[in-house]
Amino acid sequence: MAETVLETHGLTMRFGGVTASDNVNFKLKARELRCLIGPNGAGKSTFFKCVTGLLTPTEGQVFMRGQDVTGWQPHQIAALGVGIKTQTPNVMDGLSVHENIWLSARRFHDTTEAKARADTIIDRLALGPIARTDLGQLAHGERQRVELGLVAVSDPWLVLLDEPAAGMSAQDVDRMTEIIHELTRTAAVVIVEHDMQFIRSIAQTVTVFHQGAVLIEDHVDRVMSDATVRRVYLGKNA
Amino acid sequence: MDLGFVIFIEMLYAVASLVLISAGLAVVFGMMKVINLAHGEFMMLGGYATITAVGLGVNVFVAMLVIAPLIVGLIGLIVERLVIRHLYGRLVDTMLATWGLSLVFIGLATMIFGNTTTGISTPIPGFTVGNYQINGYNFFIIVVAIVLVIAMLAVLKGTRAGLIARGTMQRADMAAALGYSPDRIYMATFFCGAALSGLAGAVLAPLVGLVPTSGGAYIAKAFITVIAGGPSLIAGLISSATSFGLVSQIFTFTISPVIGEVALLVAAVILLRLMPQGITGRFFKGKL
Amino acid sequence: MLITLVVSAFLIWVMPMLIATYTLTVLVIYGMLGLSLGLIWGFGGILCFGQAAFFGLGAYTYAIAAVNIGESTVPMVLAVLVPAIFAALLGAMMFYGRLTDVYLGVITLVVTLILFKFVNSSAGPQFVIGKARMGGFNGIPGFQTLNVPGNPDAYVWGDPYFYVCAVALVIVFLLVTCLLRSSFGRIAIGIRENETRMALMGYDVAVRKTILFAIGAAIAGLAGALFANWAEIVTPGLFSLGQSAEIIIWCIVGGLGTRFGPILGAAGLAYLKFVLGQQSMIDNTLITGLILVMFVLFLPKGLVPAVAALWRISFGRTRRKPQRTGRRRARHG
Repeated sequence: MAETVLETHGLTMRFGGVTASDNVNFKLKARELRCLIGPNGAGKSTFFKCVTGLLTPTEGQVFMRGQDVTGWQPHQIAALGVGIKTQTPNVMDGLSVHENIWLSARRFHDTTEAKARADTIIDRLALGPIARTDLGQLAHGERQRVELGLVAVSDPWLVLLDEPAAGMSAQDVDRMTEIIHELTRTAAVVIVEHDMQFIRSIAQTVTVFHQGAVLIEDHVDRVMSDATVRRVYLGKNA
Repeated sequence: MDLGFVIFIEMLYAVASLVLISAGLAVVFGMMKVINLAHGEFMMLGGYATITAVGLGVNVFVAMLVIAPLIVGLIGLIVERLVIRHLYGRLVDTMLATWGLSLVFIGLATMIFGNTTTGISTPIPGFTVGNYQINGYNFFIIVVAIVLVIAMLAVLKGTRAGLIARGTMQRADMAAALGYSPDRIYMATFFCGAALSGLAGAVLAPLVGLVPTSGGAYIAKAFITVIAGGPSLIAGLISSATSFGLVSQIFTFTISPVIGEVALLVAAVILLRLMPQGITGRFFKGKL
Repeated sequence: MLITLVVSAFLIWVMPMLIATYTLTVLVIYGMLGLSLGLIWGFGGILCFGQAAFFGLGAYTYAIAAVNIGESTVPMVLAVLVPAIFAALLGAMMFYGRLTDVYLGVITLVVTLILFKFVNSSAGPQFVIGKARMGGFNGIPGFQTLNVPGNPDAYVWGDPYFYVCAVALVIVFLLVTCLLRSSFGRIAIGIRENETRMALMGYDVAVRKTILFAIGAAIAGLAGALFANWAEIVTPGLFSLGQSAEIIIWCIVGGLGTRFGPILGAAGLAYLKFVLGQQSMIDNTLITGLILVMFVLFLPKGLVPAVAALWRISFGRTRRKPQRTGRRRARHG
């Protein structure tokens, strides 16, 4: 029986009069891969930010490996061993690829070990040729790849990715799919995404958000053919 | 009863003078996100413009309310075209460049007007209320401040130009797409902001002796008031001027003017710590 | 490292032949002050509008302690610790409150103003710490200046004092270099680049910024103590907004993001001010202002990076020529 690594009870996030997340109960097991989908404004990113500590939920709780982390700061959650990638790439533009990844590895390992791990990840992600280039000069797809490497190098047991396929070419997406598959060998992975093709290629269990709440949670094939989901995405008259 | 009235007037005066001191900076910061650290020097130039005009025989009120704002507005226009225009979007760089400009103006004023204190006397006599003497000029300043705020509200909310300016302030690219030149609008806005600074300096000049370095006393207070006010132009200006004016006046009355000044500064630190986005970042959100 | 030591030794040997050591000493002290802001701003991303506060605190702490103790060693240590502790408290308040950029600038500016106003109005006899009267606008004169540790009568002044200050600057420079190369330094630079990402990696950004801020304050405090010894009087002007403004200008002109830039900017501009002060044709406030505006408009990165870029361009050209002839020879050979 795999342990539950991430759990939310009644997670609610209100901004003034708007309920962005509505009483969300979520459960994720170790090494599980879960995709969160839903139309624009469904509350996926809000949920994501509540779980990662970027927002403090108005109500409800978040548990990681049984520990109550509700209201924790992002750095405290990350320090537990959680890898986080935000919707817009958050990287150090003025520093090189190697330095970015080294900084991530250094959090949990000493200087030399961090350098070794950074080198390994750079190899694995085929970032060798641009390892010394500043991130500000790289293309979007390369930056996303570096950010993924940044996340992977610290050996997280929980990985939260917000729109990792955004703005990526098909080749980049393929490469990223490989990395994510590798990550699931040791970590539970949550992906918030819009790109349906990508979802279809990678997903197993999918959670559909609608108007802040969980609409349906099931295997990807059943979700994709569900009439309610279609109506929610395509509108009543579709 | 009389004492109550006097205290009320003094409080109102403290708030009004903060509003006046900060208005020009608030307009430029609120509309263009430019922090003009030469604002104090614009005020100083307004003062000198007034003194020079009066020396040439112009009626003192015309000099204060018309000539000084026009002249300083024009100076502001030149500054905008030559320097500020190249630095939009670069907040820290505009702060530094305008800091440099403030030094340039101090230097120029020193070379032209010299280092000695000049001044004009207050054109409105004082009067008595019961046992207390009130400076009549303080009333004038309160009135000017009130008229100013009403005028700003009227222009920004009531006129087409004001609407265009507010639109540009929120989304310059959309305003451009609608056919309005952001360049022209920034120019006009900076002109107005500078003119307001000149007006404030002119109106406040009769109260203190004017020296080229007079601006320095104003800029810190104005800067603090505007930043603590937050993103909303008028709501922010009024709320922070009121807060700081009252705090400083209470401490001035109960202890001493120096402590009153320090209290204003301490209040600013506390306020910013509790509301890092300024007052209107938390309250009165969305109001102009 | 070695290059730094060689160049420094050379400069320390040569400069006194060009400029009087009395003037050179204060230039070195200002260089250290510039470096303190250059460290926290250029590398740490913390724009402090009130670095003069720590400079003044260091100077006043030294003066007050020296008047009370009569020997210079403990006061020197205190002059470094007091600003650092003050900065740690202030920094904790600001950084844990998640204050950034402009708002940080405002608070640091306000703190300097508070200190200035307070010290400036401390003229009465009730303002006394131990044996030292604060002196208000007039400041504190006549305190024990630097002496050989343990021997209060063996004063260090004049030429020897210059060498002490110069060596102190070199040591601070080397320590800063080590800091920036260490993990702490690299992480601090990462925080400057993208705070959110560093937090998402698990780093406690608030604590790190506070520590860096305190280190900068300690260096500024040391500069303040050295200044107190040089000037033999401390006045409220050390806390002034004008002084803070000058430090910022030194960094901009010299080059933010470099170690040497702020030192060069500080020494250079201070010397320029000294030279300009001798003439009375053009007001030197005007010139300082013009310099700042010109630099922000045309050389925003400052002198040192501009010179380095020029170096790279000319160096690159001369390198290419031998390579081309080498290749040509190979083809024919």
